[in-house]
Amino acid sequence: MARDTSDMSAARDGLPDEAAAFRDAGTGELRQETMVINMGPQHPSTHGVLRLLLELDGETVIRCKPVIGYLHTGIEKNTEYRTWVQGVAYVTRADYLSPFFNELGYCLGVERLLGIEAPPRAQVIRVLICELNRVASHLIYLATGGLELGAVSVMLYGFREREIILDLFETVTGLRMNHAYIRPGGVVMDLPEEAPRKIRDLLDLLPHRIDEYETLLDDNPIWRERNEGVGVLSAEDALALGVTGPILRAAGVPADLRKDMPYGGYETYDFDVPVRSEADAYARYRVRIEEMRESLKIAEQAFRRLDDTPGPVMVEDPKVGWPPKLSVGPDGIGNDPEYLRHIMEESMEALIHHFKMVTQGVQVPAGEVYSAVESPRGELGFFIVSNGEHRPYRVKIRDPSFVNLQALPAMIEGYLVADSIAANASLDPVMGGVDR
Amino acid sequence: MRPEELAGRVRPVVPDVMVARDEVTAIVDRARLLEILAWCRDEPDLELGFLSCITATHWPEAQPAFWVSYELRSIAKLHRLRLKVGLSEADPHVPSVTAMFPTANWLERETFDFFGVVFDGHPDLTRIMLPEDWEGHPLRKDEPLGGVPIWYHGATVPPIDQRGMA
Repeated sequence: MARDTSDMSAARDGLPDEAAAFRDAGTGELRQETMVINMGPQHPSTHGVLRLLLELDGETVIRCKPVIGYLHTGIEKNTEYRTWVQGVAYVTRADYLSPFFNELGYCLGVERLLGIEAPPRAQVIRVLICELNRVASHLIYLATGGLELGAVSVMLYGFREREIILDLFETVTGLRMNHAYIRPGGVVMDLPEEAPRKIRDLLDLLPHRIDEYETLLDDNPIWRERNEGVGVLSAEDALALGVTGPILRAAGVPADLRKDMPYGGYETYDFDVPVRSEADAYARYRVRIEEMRESLKIAEQAFRRLDDTPGPVMVEDPKVGWPPKLSVGPDGIGNDPEYLRHIMEESMEALIHHFKMVTQGVQVPAGEVYSAVESPRGELGFFIVSNGEHRPYRVKIRDPSFVNLQALPAMIEGYLVADSIAANASLDPVMGGVDR
Repeated sequence: MRPEELAGRVRPVVPDVMVARDEVTAIVDRARLLEILAWCRDEPDLELGFLSCITATHWPEAQPAFWVSYELRSIAKLHRLRLKVGLSEADPHVPSVTAMFPTANWLERETFDFFGVVFDGHPDLTRIMLPEDWEGHPLRKDEPLGGVPIWYHGATVPPIDQRGMA
C-alpha cells in the first residue's frame, strides 16, 4: 500500500473527497464493517502506476475506483508546440508497447488532412511492422499476465520472444521503442539490407513459439482456474463502456477496424478476426493467442509483397517528404553523413530546403479529422485539428487503454481480490496510454 | 452508409451537416444534444450506439470559444458521425451524456480537467489526470506549456529555467 488510508479519514480542505463513496451516509465516517485499501500506485501487478481504491468485505471486492493520472506527461499539449513531423515523436511515447500504432494513427490523420497517401511500398512496410508490433505487445500481455498469476516461465518466454522482435525494430529504426519511424507521407527510410533475412527468421520462428505457449497454458489447471469465469464483461456492457479490442471480441462482437473500416491497405490482406463468446479472462487469452497467429499471417503476406513493391517509401512532394537521406546510427535514425556533406559543402539550395523542412516543416490545410486504427488494445483514435499552420492545433489521443480501464470496476466488483489481478491483467492496460 | 448518404439522412434532423474528407460532422445546439444523440443511437439504419470519443478544442477570442465533439461509431453499420457543440467562454456548460453512454464518464472528466468544460449532471465531475488541487485547465490555449512551478503538497520547486543553477 503506497498511501496510508488514514488520510482518507476526512476530506482535505477544499478538495474533492475521493473516498466519498466509501463513507457511511449518516456519520460521514468510513464504513467499519468493510475495509478500504489502496492497491497501488506502486504495485507489481497494476501494470505501472495505477491505483485502485478497493472496498473489501473480507476477500470480496465490493467497490472499486481506479485512480489514474500518475503518468500524465502532457503529450497532447506538447504536440501543439511542435511541428507536424515532431508530433510523431511525441505520440509514439503514449502507449509505449505499441509505438507503431500510435505513429500510424497519427500519420494517417495528418495524411488525410493533407489529402495525400503514402506510396505502396511504405504501406506494405507499415502493415508488416505494425503486425509484428501487435505480436510483441500481446507477448507482453502473456508475459506480465502470466507472471501475475504465478506462471513465471511464461514471463521469461514472452519477454524472450519480444526481445527478438525488438531486435528487428532496432535494425529497422535504430531504436527498440519510441521509433518515430512512420512519418506523414510514408516511412522515414526503407528497410535496411539485413532486415529481410531477420524478418524471415522471425516469421519462421514465432509460430512454433506460439504453439509452445499454448502447450504451457491452454490446459494448465492453475491458469484455467485463475482465468475461467473471471472478469466477465458481457458484450452489451462492453459496448456501453466503450470497450474495444480483444476484450470486446472475447465477448462475441467481431469488431475490428482493420476489417470494418480498413485503412492502409488492410482490405487487401487475407486474415480472420478471432472471436470467442465466454467474455472472461480466459477467452481474452485465447483471442490474443489467435490474433498473434493472424498477425503473423498478415506479416507473411506483407513480407512476400515487399519484393514486388519497389519504389519510394515517402511521397515525392518535397513540401511534405523529409529531406533525404537518412541512415540508422547507434542512437536511432539520423542524417546520413554523405547527405550532410552534400548540404554543408555542395548545395546551398539543399541546405536551405533542409533548414526549412527541419525548423518549419509541413504546412497542413485547416480542418479536422478523426483517424482510428486497430491497436493491440482496441480502437486507437486520433482527433487532429489543424488551423492551417505548421503545428497541430489540437491532437487528442483516444487511447483504448484509457477507455477500457473504465470497465475494470464492472469486471471485479463482487469477485475476490485475487480475481481483480487476473481481470486487470486480461484488460492489458498500458499506463503510458491511459495517462498520456 | 456512405458519408454523403449519412449526411443526407441526418440533415432533416440536424440541418447543419457537412462532409469533409469523407467524415460527416453535424453541429448541434446544446439544448438538443441529448435528444440528437438518442436519435442517432435508436434510428435502425444509423445504429450509432457506440461513443468512441469526447473531446474539446479551445479557440480563445472566437465565438464559440469551445467546440465539444462527440465521435459516434456504428459497430454494425460501419460508419461514423461526429457531433459538435459550440460553447461560449463565459458559459462552458453542456449536459452530460453519461447516463446514455457510460463510457462518457472518464472522457467527460478528462475534458473537464483539460478544458474546464462543465458537464451538467455528471455523477463525479472531478479531475482525472491532474492533481485534484491543480489550478487552471492546461489544454486551454491561454495556458502556457511548461514554466509552471513544480509543487508537492507543502513545498514548491521553481520552474527549471528559474532555479538559478549554473
